[in-house]
Amino acid sequence: MITQASIVTFDSLELDCGVTLAPVTCAYETYGTLNEDKSNAILVEHAFSGDAHAGGEGGWWNNMIGPGKGFDTDKHFVICSNVVGGCRGTTGPGSLNPATGCPWGMAFPAITISDMVRLQKKLIDHLGIRRLLAVAGGSMGGMQALEWAVVYPDHVLAALPIATTTRHSAQQIAFNEVGRQAIMADPDWNEGNYYNGRPPARGLSVARMVGHITYMSDESMRQKFGRRVREGQNKFEVESYLHYRGSQFVDRFDANSYLYITRAMDSYDLTQRGALSTLFENIPTRFLVLSFTSDWLYPSYQSLEIVSALRSRNCDVAYCNLTSHYGHDAFLVEVDEQAELVRGFLASTLREAKAIGTAHGRS
Amino acid sequence: MGVRDIYGRSDYALIGELVEPRTRVLDLGCGEGLLLSWLKENKQVDARGVEMVSASVQKAIARGVSVYQGDLESALEDYPGKAFDYVILSQTLQETRHPLRVLQGMLRIGKKAIVAFPNFGHWSMRLNHLLTGRAPKTDLFPHEWFDSPNIHFLTVHDFELLAQKEGWHIERRMYLSGHNQVATLPNLMAEVGVFMFSGASRP
Repeated sequence: MITQASIVTFDSLELDCGVTLAPVTCAYETYGTLNEDKSNAILVEHAFSGDAHAGGEGGWWNNMIGPGKGFDTDKHFVICSNVVGGCRGTTGPGSLNPATGCPWGMAFPAITISDMVRLQKKLIDHLGIRRLLAVAGGSMGGMQALEWAVVYPDHVLAALPIATTTRHSAQQIAFNEVGRQAIMADPDWNEGNYYNGRPPARGLSVARMVGHITYMSDESMRQKFGRRVREGQNKFEVESYLHYRGSQFVDRFDANSYLYITRAMDSYDLTQRGALSTLFENIPTRFLVLSFTSDWLYPSYQSLEIVSALRSRNCDVAYCNLTSHYGHDAFLVEVDEQAELVRGFLASTLREAKAIGTAHGRS
Repeated sequence: MGVRDIYGRSDYALIGELVEPRTRVLDLGCGEGLLLSWLKENKQVDARGVEMVSASVQKAIARGVSVYQGDLESALEDYPGKAFDYVILSQTLQETRHPLRVLQGMLRIGKKAIVAFPNFGHWSMRLNHLLTGRAPKTDLFPHEWFDSPNIHFLTVHDFELLAQKEGWHIERRMYLSGHNQVATLPNLMAEVGVFMFSGASRP
């Protein structure tokens, strides 16, 4: 698989809050080869804590991206970029504020899911791709896939919003707020000015622990940990797992990015722009919507809301509620069935695109 | 008269002949999407399906058919009026909770409806019931009464009467026995009835 990690800097990005970020850097990776007419590109969108490293060794969707996999790099050119506000190469609160020469910290402007997508559009334009074959993502990545279809319907043939929603519920906001409060309660957070000192590691790791609980399910935790005790440590397995996950997270994630990105997710609400059925009117994009039976963080009713609105407009939508006990994590870990669906869906999208292309060629 | 088959099913072959090319088709209870993918391939239709069973939905989507996992009776409500040229219900009418509501729903969202159902009036059913005095169990209805998915038993004659009462216009009626088409005494000889009909034309 041909893999490339790159960085591109754009002059500016206008944000929903009215501020213009200038300049703005975007970190991205690509897998596979862009074909001659640039028609085989798939944009994969990472979830809250992900980054541009989606495929290859250690990639967060490595099991979905590669030769013969769900996103088959023998056929497709897969792109993944780090979101604006992130901390893995793209401009975010940890980047230097050109006005002061110091890290932005909490002076970084508020960002939204739409801002993230607008930066991705710049990237796609930069790569010379007029129309994506597909946009795909789970959780926050799914929100971006929806946003793409609504804002740039003519630039995306198919959208795959997975385990996602058009707006966070009170429960989803509540868990994010616990995470934010854990960070801000850590004295090392220091109002976001910690880049020259110690980062708020305890707060950030507690936030991550809460997150991990919401990504699992009662059953997956029972199977994975039960009440087993870690020998010599007088700790339950589940405790030691969460501690490990928490401390590991601190090494790769910026606490301020946590605050900004969770805020972007919580404030996202497609329905504020109008009824879903109105937003989906005349969208030519095909949809594959997936949810998972044990996902209580993004329950299937949220996916069904999307599907129902699409069907009310007679949009081309396939939907499946996949059986899994992995909870919200399912879209990352239980991928065999998901990959089969994605493969079939992409193949038929390609066939239809070709049929339309031929028809247009004739006329 | 012999009828060819699609995936071993003659009702699919009949339906396949009824559907005009390049139309919009919804298959209710589409299973693994075999009929739809055949129609897509051979008639270039815009194919959609509804199916309840997750494993079947997965196979259908993997086959490239846009299938929605859900209950067909409530699924009918979401679609806008006359969204499809054909709404197909094959071998499922007898399993629905409210058959009349389903048929009316099909005519609301489709210009034409196509139903195929096992004919409970077939001689083997009548004979089986007469001789055993028990709930009929034949090749056509192979289930025990207590674990049968079939909850409404109708005959092709019953369907004709309902269509008359509702003012539906039956455009085509075809009857199958095995892989053969039945021409005479359909209510006695047909194992499966296939009807294509449209709604009452309002004055």
